[in-house]
Amino acid sequence: MRDTLTSLRYRYWPDHLLGEILSKRWTETAIPVILLLIVGFAFSRSIDNFLSPASLADTARQAGEIGFIALGLALVVIVGGIDLSVGSIFALTDFCALYLLDVAGWPVPAVVVATLLCGALLGAVNGVLVGYLRLRAFITTLITLIIYRSAYDLLIQRYSNAIASAFPDIPSWDFIGAGSVSGIPTVALVYIVVAIFGHIFLTRLRPGWHITAIGGSRRSAYNSGIPVRRTIALCYVASGVLTSIGALFFASRLGTVGGDIGVGLEVIVLTATVLGGITLGGGKGSVAKSAVGVLIVLLITNGLTTMNARGGVNRMALAGILLIAAMVDIRWQKNRTRIISKVYVAPTYHELPPPPPTEIGQGGPFEQNDKLRNVEAIGLGRIEAPEDVILDRHDNLYAGSRHGDIMRFLAPDYQKMEVFAHIGGQPLGMAFDREDNLYVCIGGMGLYRIKPDGTVEKATDETNRSMRSVNDDSRLRLADDLDITDDGLIFFSEATVRYEMDEWPIDGLEARGNGRIISYDTKTGTTRTELRGLKFPNGICVASDGQSILFAETFGCSIKRYWFAGPRKGAVEVVMDNLPGYPDNINLASDGNYWLALVGMRSPSLDLAWKMPGFRRRMAKRVPVDEWLFPNINTGCVVKFNEQGKIVESFWDLHGENHPMITSMREHRGYLYLGGILNNRIGRYKLDNADPNFVQYDKRWGKQS
Amino acid sequence: MKRFRMSQQEIVFVVFALLFLVFSIFLNGFLTAENMLTLLQNVAVLGILGLAMAIVVIGRGIDISLIAALAVPPGLVLQMVQNGHSLPFSLLIAVLLTIAFGLVNGWLIAYAEVPSLFATLATGLLLAGLGQAALFQLDVVQWSPGMNGFERLGQGTVLGIPTSIWMFAIACIVVAFLLRQTRWGAYIYAIGDNPYAARVTGIPSRPIIVLQYVITALIGCFAGLVLAASVNSMPTRIFNSTLIYDVILVVVLGGIGLSGGRGGVLNVIIGTLLIGTMLNGMTIMDISYAGQNLIKGVVLLLAVITDSFLNPRNEETAQQGDI
Repeated sequence: MRDTLTSLRYRYWPDHLLGEILSKRWTETAIPVILLLIVGFAFSRSIDNFLSPASLADTARQAGEIGFIALGLALVVIVGGIDLSVGSIFALTDFCALYLLDVAGWPVPAVVVATLLCGALLGAVNGVLVGYLRLRAFITTLITLIIYRSAYDLLIQRYSNAIASAFPDIPSWDFIGAGSVSGIPTVALVYIVVAIFGHIFLTRLRPGWHITAIGGSRRSAYNSGIPVRRTIALCYVASGVLTSIGALFFASRLGTVGGDIGVGLEVIVLTATVLGGITLGGGKGSVAKSAVGVLIVLLITNGLTTMNARGGVNRMALAGILLIAAMVDIRWQKNRTRIISKVYVAPTYHELPPPPPTEIGQGGPFEQNDKLRNVEAIGLGRIEAPEDVILDRHDNLYAGSRHGDIMRFLAPDYQKMEVFAHIGGQPLGMAFDREDNLYVCIGGMGLYRIKPDGTVEKATDETNRSMRSVNDDSRLRLADDLDITDDGLIFFSEATVRYEMDEWPIDGLEARGNGRIISYDTKTGTTRTELRGLKFPNGICVASDGQSILFAETFGCSIKRYWFAGPRKGAVEVVMDNLPGYPDNINLASDGNYWLALVGMRSPSLDLAWKMPGFRRRMAKRVPVDEWLFPNINTGCVVKFNEQGKIVESFWDLHGENHPMITSMREHRGYLYLGGILNNRIGRYKLDNADPNFVQYDKRWGKQS
Repeated sequence: MKRFRMSQQEIVFVVFALLFLVFSIFLNGFLTAENMLTLLQNVAVLGILGLAMAIVVIGRGIDISLIAALAVPPGLVLQMVQNGHSLPFSLLIAVLLTIAFGLVNGWLIAYAEVPSLFATLATGLLLAGLGQAALFQLDVVQWSPGMNGFERLGQGTVLGIPTSIWMFAIACIVVAFLLRQTRWGAYIYAIGDNPYAARVTGIPSRPIIVLQYVITALIGCFAGLVLAASVNSMPTRIFNSTLIYDVILVVVLGGIGLSGGRGGVLNVIIGTLLIGTMLNGMTIMDISYAGQNLIKGVVLLLAVITDSFLNPRNEETAQQGDI
């Protein structure tokens, strides 16, 4: 009863999604957006007319003005600096615009250009100081803040009366401040245009990438030839220009030069930036984050003002939000990987009946013996990690190696070893096609094709993305084993879509159906996912009927058959289940049966743990990785089974000296060749009563001269 | 060959002497006993604040919230006494508030690893906002009869020297003792010089950083009490003024590099004298407040530029994101 409940709970509750969602980059934008919705909802319930069109239009005007400043600050923060002088630049450029318009009587276009230039100049001062003289951004802009502010104070002492007494009546000027296009205020419209350009600039254009690179690592950016100083300086200039755009709209909306314009603005903008999720210290941030941050801060400050809060409350709220946001951001950036790796492992319920006996004296097909004790070792100490072994029509032996090479041992004595092809990733399963091309599954890379002359080509490394998966499962993470049908269709298994090659045992700990079987059509070059939700699919072999494949589910401890053609097309049937070990590669035997490698034997402790997902999750959270309970892969065996799923024979290495683990075996001219991903040799075992002329690919594709 | 090179504090002292000389000669009413007294009075509070700032700057930090610590807890004392509480109780509450504030600052910087400039910028706003919103009825907290006797902290003379100067002197001695004679002081220098090396040598760097900010806040509160006593009120709007720039000026001009690990009390005294003279001279010259700020800002900028050339940031220990 309890087991049933546990199994239902783990079948229908998607535990694995939390880790996958957290590891997405967009969660860092999603959290501020959710916060924005909450704040908007809370204020709209407690304040009447908070979301009325008039109030919204007013908010949009403010948001546009502050949004421009926030864009500039975002740029500066992403490049790894900070600009506190924006409030004073805002005040000075506001003055500049109004002075030129009201006192000097310039035409509106000239005023706009001059104001932007003024902003650029003020930003350039910061840029030279921080970018070229390499001063500390925070203290430098704090000083320019006070310098610009006192300059502004001096200027308005002289000119505020002249500006206040002038009432320019220029339609185009008023349109900038108060106009709207089909209900949307001009400023919001311009902001949207600039924001869209800013997004493209930051994510798609070279200078934007430079900015992110410098913020991420200044020294690496310098070493890779990016003009660090100039780029930083230009970011401050941009900040000045964007601030002056905001000031232009402000000037045309209110037309005043009060003493407190722009005072404390830097704190508002800074809060918006940090709250939006733009990381202090640089390297991370986006236009969307900046916009969301501005909206949240404006809603809060406007809401507090509407609720008649005292000035100090507003200040406290801003400072408090700023601190909390900065703290969360800093802790998150620092611990992100650790948190995600803790919650990423999501074990599920997996029940297996007690395994068949293997002990000597217990009888049964799996009874242990010592047949593999005296196998011959090929390439002892010279090859590392031959996951799969294969022989061509000329008796040469091929095996993958940990160094990303396909090694070839030359017939007849297999003493001479050479690099047949260098690929770069760990080669796993291999198969020859009709034209003697060697297809190889490469962990982390995909399916590759090696021509007889040794040239390497990529066959496929992506498949169709499934709509319901959070992780992008279009890239192949762990292509494992393959076989080729008569029609040139390649079926290959991808063991897991949730873990990388080096983390594959964790998938066994999770025991979730994360794997799939994918087909690649050599004629059309298309890739298609055939089966999903398999528990670590591994070995694949086209069955003798030519209409189905046999595949092993390593952590499902079973062999299944999948019909890809014929009357039962699409059906999946269990051939063998409840194996005593974890099945790996499957290959043809000379007598029409199949060879199967069991990479490791089941253990009662993991069998029990598989029924206790909560236990495994606690383990993943609290115990260091190297002390986790992993599937045993230290003892294994080779078995032969027939079409009906009956075990015919088994081969063991009792002492585990010659072959600590076996992941693959291949029969060739009366011998069985053994490979293991943790071994430093290839085994060669003389089979009794085997066809001494059996060559798999001669039999498969017909003899060739 | 012995190179003729002066240390920064000697240069600053010479500049101070020249400035003093020029002002004395060209500025009417500068070199009078009365003005000297005002100058020293004004300088005292600035000097005490400079000492507070020096401690964190030596430990490679900065404390922008110092003015909030100067304004709010002493303002609270005045407000509580006005509301009828006893003076010792009010002082105790103010000191507790200050310690709590220092702990918050220190925790944010040492444990939450928020950059110090950023953290103290926000906490300063927070404390000032708290004072404005919840603690004070008026912007200027007035002196009340319950405070009688306390004004001697900032007014009057002892042995012919203004009390506030004595207070500055006492603060100097305490800070000098702390920095030069105690183990904690040595730790502060070590952390300022190279935080990572300090940590791997086993110095409890995080508690020491917290301690720095608590001491700084306490000294700031002490400066506030002296200020309140000398003007018989607590103008809490002082938080909005540019006083913090004066304090940074004192520290940077005095020769305590912003990259930490260098300088001491003597540097603060020299910096204070220079800035005090400069401010006093500008006041006598009747330069407007905004004009004074402009001049101060430019001087501070030049000082920071010079500082960055004299004490360049150590690339090995400068953190990513050390803005």
